Amino acid sequence: MKLARVAGTVVSPISHPFYDGQRLLLCDLIDPDGTPNGYLIAVDVVNAGVGEHVLICDEGTSARQIYGISTGPVRSVIVGIVDEIS
Amino acid sequence: MHLGRVIGTVVATTRGPGLDGIKFLIVQPLDKHQNDSGSAVVAADAVAMAGPGELVYFVASREAAEAMPERFVPIDHAIVGLVDHITLADDGA
Repeated sequence: MKLARVAGTVVSPISHPFYDGQRLLLCDLIDPDGTPNGYLIAVDVVNAGVGEHVLICDEGTSARQIYGISTGPVRSVIVGIVDEIS
Repeated sequence: MHLGRVIGTVVATTRGPGLDGIKFLIVQPLDKHQNDSGSAVVAADAVAMAGPGELVYFVASREAAEAMPERFVPIDHAIVGLVDHITLADDGA
């Protein structure tokens, strides 16, 4: 999984059926020491807020497992909100 | 998933199996501030509504094939949504 900080929200009224009604968050990927390392747009299933540190599962099969589906164009899913990194 | 800008279309009448009826668009990947980032790719339009100039988000590798109606087609990039707007915290928004 990857560490990230939620940087903002993406509003998308027109999308592939899987993404209808999904909450899309733009996340800054970070190294454990906080160094920025790119970004991802991820779907949120834990109601993370902008500015929060989160855990992103960035692998398709696991992502589909979260949704209980066998097929779907999903890969990056926010699966946890980080309280502390040490 | 990443942001992209549709910068063109590709017409290819001779195609591999499973690719019939799929619209190909040229997409320029973008960074989070919508600046060009990396080289352009040809993506399948899984939304069938994206046009040149549109800000989109796209998936790559197997997830792109998963975006197509038919499973396991040879697609490695697929547009899965059009962006209406983005609100970034560090923009003071």
